[in-house]
Amino acid sequence: MLLRVIQSVIGSLFLLHVSMANAELSIEIIGAGEHQVPVAIVPFGGDDKLALAINDVVVNDLLRSGLFRMIDAEGKSPHEPAEVSYPEWLARGAEALAIGTVAVQANGRIEARFRLLDVVKQAELAGQVVSASDGQARAVGHRIADLIYEKMTGDKGVFSTRIAYVNRRGQHFRLVVADSDGYNEQTVLSQNQPIMSPSWSPDGSHLAYVSFETDHAVVYVQSLYTNQRKMLAGFSGSNSAPAWAPNGKQLAVVLTRDGSSQIYLIRPDGTGVQRITFSGEIDTEPNFSPDGQYLLFTSDRGGSPQIYRMPVKGGVEQRMTFGEGTNFSPRHSPDGKGFVFTHLVSGKFYIAVQDFQTGQMEILTEGGWEKRPSFAPNGKLIMFASEARERGILATVSSDGRVKQRMFTQSGDAREPVWGP
Amino acid sequence: MKKLVIGIMLVNLLAACASQKPKEPEAAAPAPAPVVAEAAPAPAPAPAPAPVVEVDPLNDPNNILSSRSVYYPFDVSAVQDADKPVVQAHAKYLSEHAARNVRLEGNCDERGSNEYNLALGAKRAQAAKDYLVSLGITANRLSTISYGEEVPVCKEQNEECWQKNRRDRFVIVPTRPAS
Repeated sequence: MLLRVIQSVIGSLFLLHVSMANAELSIEIIGAGEHQVPVAIVPFGGDDKLALAINDVVVNDLLRSGLFRMIDAEGKSPHEPAEVSYPEWLARGAEALAIGTVAVQANGRIEARFRLLDVVKQAELAGQVVSASDGQARAVGHRIADLIYEKMTGDKGVFSTRIAYVNRRGQHFRLVVADSDGYNEQTVLSQNQPIMSPSWSPDGSHLAYVSFETDHAVVYVQSLYTNQRKMLAGFSGSNSAPAWAPNGKQLAVVLTRDGSSQIYLIRPDGTGVQRITFSGEIDTEPNFSPDGQYLLFTSDRGGSPQIYRMPVKGGVEQRMTFGEGTNFSPRHSPDGKGFVFTHLVSGKFYIAVQDFQTGQMEILTEGGWEKRPSFAPNGKLIMFASEARERGILATVSSDGRVKQRMFTQSGDAREPVWGP
Repeated sequence: MKKLVIGIMLVNLLAACASQKPKEPEAAAPAPAPVVAEAAPAPAPAPAPAPVVEVDPLNDPNNILSSRSVYYPFDVSAVQDADKPVVQAHAKYLSEHAARNVRLEGNCDERGSNEYNLALGAKRAQAAKDYLVSLGITANRLSTISYGEEVPVCKEQNEECWQKNRRDRFVIVPTRPAS
């Protein structure tokens, strides 16, 4: 009996290790979607080196989603629809086929002409010219993977989105922005004092974050285009937990300037500070609903940390989480129908979701050290901080809990991730 | 170019164990720029017959002030009875040393979210401040700051370590910054 249980656990933990060109990054995928689309991605014609680089990105993006199965394209290299023999691809089991060409233009730009073909219906599903500046082959690959994902699943792709997180190495902290697969890492801030709580502006142009560089927690807002930054909230005490309103015209922050940690609204230029919670206990980790009308937040007003919801304009504050354990770090799902959060019970942290209508909590992970979840813009994936091999790592789980991914970035601990636009 | 290594690994089972293991040892966290005022050591006393040199009690290992931290149970922010003598000793010290103030630094273990712990650290520092005020110290001599879980003194993932991190640190500072 026990043996059978172990066998089934092993079976369900089928693990795909994607080893990529960048030795510093490795990604492990566990599990698979309920239905996996069999798709063949033929390396593009034209510039071979670029074609392989793009193919690599497209294949790995689709595999990481857990929703695709790769059909071997060995021995076949059609680049135009006229060169495609549909019965052969049908025989290989492909439902869809991606073909195309890529070339470097006179102005140095990469231009890929891409088509997605329905093997069963023998028809073109999508055709697009994707271009990017010199050296941005990965961006071209992500865009193509997004198009394939959108056509085949009906959901928006998130391979072209970015993430932010904090890398801690000893006492050195770096605020990092990277592609959603962890590549193309850029350091936004590097210092020997802690950095916490990065938060994307809705248009992806700015990050708000907490820095201890002046020996207490201060909130800054920094442009990712010019790198210029300004202090958003630097009152006495702690200034923390920045969260942007969906319209980008306001942020919620947590200040202790009037005593306990309370939630305030503030404009992106630091003016118009307005206190909106008055519990006198801990109120923190505010997160706006997609319509901008509500805030979810963490409070210990009931004796232990739990999730609460309140109208931004003030009104009844409603407790959302009950039962055994404590709960932290709520974030709305992009459709506004529920939220994801960290659930701590019996010494283990889990990533969980809860539906507003049913009030039912669903745990998505096995539990361990799992913190600060955030949804991808399409609501299909959740990124969070985890631990493996005695390191802090980034991890994702699909919103149905079926597909999990662990990303081992460069040395040090990855913490405080947040999925951006 | 493209390498796909497919294998079966019991990563989940390993992950379940991982949280029990100590993390990689790292250098002890230097507290961020604490302005710890060393007691002005009196000039080397001449071999005088009577020892009239005042020893600052902060530097006396036998004095309770040598313990400059109070500790908290998990997710608790009330000063514990066992630690009240430490706070009382600081109140006495401050009442006798007008040139000294105290900065209270609240810290937490790493369980809970980083932001919740930042707030909890602030609450702990405030609890010690409130107690000092109740003992007659004026509030403007006491400043508070929270480091949340960001500046641990111990970095292993076990209760022995966590309890060392759930603390207020009392940092004695001059009433005016040294010129």
